Amino acid sequence: MMMNQYNFALALPEIFLLIASMAILVIDAFSKSPRRTLAYALSIVTLIILMGMTFAQWFVQMQGESFYGLYVVDDLSHLLKFASYIAVLATLIYGREYIQSRDMLRGGEFYVLVLLALLGQMVMISAGNFLSIYLGLELMSLALYALVAIRRDQVQATEAAMKYFVLGALASGFLLYGISMIYGATGQLDLGAVADVLSAGQVPMMPLVFGLVFIVSGLAFKLGLVPFHMWVPDVYQGAPTAVTLVLAAAPKLAAFAITLRLLVEGLGALTVDWQQMLMILAVLSLAIGNLTAIMQTNLKRMLAYSTIAHMGFVVLGLASGSATDQAAQASAYGSALFYVVTYVLTTLGTFGVMLLLSRDGFECENIDDLKGLNRHNPLLAGALMFLMFSLAGIPPFLGFYSKLVILQAVLQADHLWIAIYAVMMSLIGAFYYLRVVKVMYFDEPVHSYNTGHVPTSQTSVLMFNVGLVLVFSIVPSGLITFCIQTIARSL
Amino acid sequence: MAGEMATTSIPWLTLAVFTPIFFGMLLLLVGRDDRANFTRWLALCGAVVAFLVTIPLYVNFDPSTANMQFVENVLWIAAFPVYYHLGIDGISMWFVLLTAFITVIVVVAGWQVITYRVAQYMAAFLIMSGLMIGVFSALDGLLFYVFFEATLIPMYLIIGIWGGPNRVYAAFKFFLYTLLGSLLTLIAFIYLWSISGTFDILAWHQLRIGYEAQILIFLALLAAFAVKVPMWPVHTWLPDAHPEAPTGGSVVLAAIMLKLGAYGFLRFSLPITPDAAHALSGFMITLSLIAVIYIGLVALVQKDMKKLVAYSSIAHMGFVTLGFFIFNTAGLEGGIVQMVSHGFVSGAMFLCIGVLYDRMHTHEISDFGGVINKMPRYATFFVLFSMANAGLPATSGFVGEFMVILGAVQFNFWVGLLAATALVLGASYSLWMTKRVIFGAVANERVAALTDINSREFAILAAMAIMVLYMGIHPKPFTDVMHVSVQALLDHVAISKL
Repeated sequence: MMMNQYNFALALPEIFLLIASMAILVIDAFSKSPRRTLAYALSIVTLIILMGMTFAQWFVQMQGESFYGLYVVDDLSHLLKFASYIAVLATLIYGREYIQSRDMLRGGEFYVLVLLALLGQMVMISAGNFLSIYLGLELMSLALYALVAIRRDQVQATEAAMKYFVLGALASGFLLYGISMIYGATGQLDLGAVADVLSAGQVPMMPLVFGLVFIVSGLAFKLGLVPFHMWVPDVYQGAPTAVTLVLAAAPKLAAFAITLRLLVEGLGALTVDWQQMLMILAVLSLAIGNLTAIMQTNLKRMLAYSTIAHMGFVVLGLASGSATDQAAQASAYGSALFYVVTYVLTTLGTFGVMLLLSRDGFECENIDDLKGLNRHNPLLAGALMFLMFSLAGIPPFLGFYSKLVILQAVLQADHLWIAIYAVMMSLIGAFYYLRVVKVMYFDEPVHSYNTGHVPTSQTSVLMFNVGLVLVFSIVPSGLITFCIQTIARSL
Repeated sequence: MAGEMATTSIPWLTLAVFTPIFFGMLLLLVGRDDRANFTRWLALCGAVVAFLVTIPLYVNFDPSTANMQFVENVLWIAAFPVYYHLGIDGISMWFVLLTAFITVIVVVAGWQVITYRVAQYMAAFLIMSGLMIGVFSALDGLLFYVFFEATLIPMYLIIGIWGGPNRVYAAFKFFLYTLLGSLLTLIAFIYLWSISGTFDILAWHQLRIGYEAQILIFLALLAAFAVKVPMWPVHTWLPDAHPEAPTGGSVVLAAIMLKLGAYGFLRFSLPITPDAAHALSGFMITLSLIAVIYIGLVALVQKDMKKLVAYSSIAHMGFVTLGFFIFNTAGLEGGIVQMVSHGFVSGAMFLCIGVLYDRMHTHEISDFGGVINKMPRYATFFVLFSMANAGLPATSGFVGEFMVILGAVQFNFWVGLLAATALVLGASYSLWMTKRVIFGAVANERVAALTDINSREFAILAAMAIMVLYMGIHPKPFTDVMHVSVQALLDHVAISKL
């Protein structure tokens, strides 16, 4: 494994992204266009090149460690990075008109910050060491704090940024504290080495369990699980919708990656302990997320609570992996991976519709803003309806299969009552998604939608996004198998 | 129980499922309100083609075997694995044809009535038709579940968009109530998968399951199917849904959607958990009898025609479940015949009510009276279908009820006696409604202004009337097809799986 301690080829995407984002920052400084078209175009090109790079690495089966184990490349990292590129690419395209019409483009920093956040996520996804996990996390978080506050003259956004920053810093502190405990107990920072020391035994349990509790709490903050979820609804609602999408999509993949790396790869010996903690978090998240979402009138806030519930489902999958049976373990974690990937794909579409509907002077933010959308724009209404049914987990849509694989993992782990509970909670969840469909289809329009110019590029990307959800709804087989195999090969 | 026959060369079942779905999608793409007539003709064309492709299922059906026919089996989701596995036997064959037939009727029935978002309306019915045929022909548990649940979406939209004043409440109640039941079924399916390693329904039929597990599985399945049938006491969504749904929605709901639940008993509950079915048969018979008698009485006092027919549907479906859980040929066959017959009769009743609703925009019984004076041709049909609803001999309604009562008497005299009271109750509410709506003096000037049915309405009512009478006078073709499959099912249920 340690054939080449400085294998730069492995880290090529990250290196390229770093250079590219710095270059965009500099080039943008000389740009006078108020539309910042150059920064936008360069960011898109950067993402497409990144896709090509990761795909090439993936294609030639490039795997291994570099920089003394700080950095790991495996199938899981390829998959999650590729999904992150798609998420960021879609985010930039959907948000193009939105950020421009809201004066969020004083400079091109929006694009640079999004790219830097992506860099942080990529480091998190490829981290093989406590330190690189933390560095990636902080890089991502700092960029995201700044993004939330990018409309600095708006009170709501500033407040959201403040909240996000304070709570995020607290969570990072938790995580760091937990890491230091584990380090104290094992004397190692490398995830693989920690796992080796733990499986050899002879480690005092007390600091380990303490450290574990702090690590799980820190991760729960980042994933937005109850009772560490307070920031999610406020930030989702307060941030400009384009930024909400930046927060809601790709970072979920990175948070999932570090959860998997920390808990499964590093602390696999403590599986039974952290699974119990995750189970409690999942149960709480499903209840609070779904029940609170019912009462929301703000669409972004509702989606925030629904995110909490969805993350509960993901964690349910992680909490159901067998500690002994390799195949069952891969299938449970693979289910969680499938859930998170499909969730991000669906969320992209959902916010995409909101961003396309938000025009100059009209913010598509409350559920009632969608009233009678079917009259005005049956295409967008149909797209959002599919996505809502998918999020609700109604067959034959994609969300159903992701819930199904999780439930199957939960039942495999003999948690019958948890499965029944999760199913009942998704019934409650169905209610608020149905309400969105109701508003679009059953109600009369109350305001005239501004039929302003929606660039065909945005509409076609959105249709491609929704089309992808529909294709996976009809043939989910490949993606499920792929996720399970990826996990099996990477762990 | 049933094995499988060789795969056919032409995938008739796939065609039956996806032809209407294809036309539905096409309508969504090309249909517009400013060319509504083109949209309607396209929808009719789709419905007719979709019906025609189900004809070979009847013509080429081999009634001498209980095996699955027209089988198609393709791997769908490798991870479990789930198969795209279709096939029909004597039990499911009629429902495929019934669904396709009713869809044609519904498209014609909505011809002039639906004036806004025509394409979406027609598309919803066509897509729903395909999904329901999928339910009746799925031989993979998960595939069945996907179709079963997916039918909720178009019906939710139909009630919510084209429904009456209280449509939003009705649509939500319909959706969430039925979703609640079926989610428990999903758990049961995953449990069955975890002990058998397959979602194949036919393999589940052979699976040996312990007594307690059987009881739990039976109850979880019951949660879905009882809500869908609907059985007392989980029937309350139906009388709310019917008055709000547009005519076509009511027709499909009564004629086909309720059968999904009853069909579930035949395909899942009885063969997979026979011991639990026997152990709980007393409970099921009691619920069925309550539906027959109590709901029959409730129907008697309804002031709204649609509610009255909705309650009568629950009572009739009580007969169906009664027939299933007395475990003899007459009862089981009678139950299935009753399902098909109720499809025609209740569908026709809702069409009749729809005809009046299109003219007067009400279905309160007290708003009518003496309709026969203004609409003699219509009145003829109305009286015929009411008679069929009451179970008059020579109509299809009689055959099923008579067979079930016969079976019930064989099973236990008192059960048979209680079941037979349904004939009295059915006659009471049907004929009393007919008397108040159709006969007597012209009630008000709005009734006086009524015009008789046009040729379009005549055509659909006549088609339904022919089916009702044909099935009543000559039921043999219907029972012949199902006889071997029913016998095989009964033989299978008689063997303990402990």
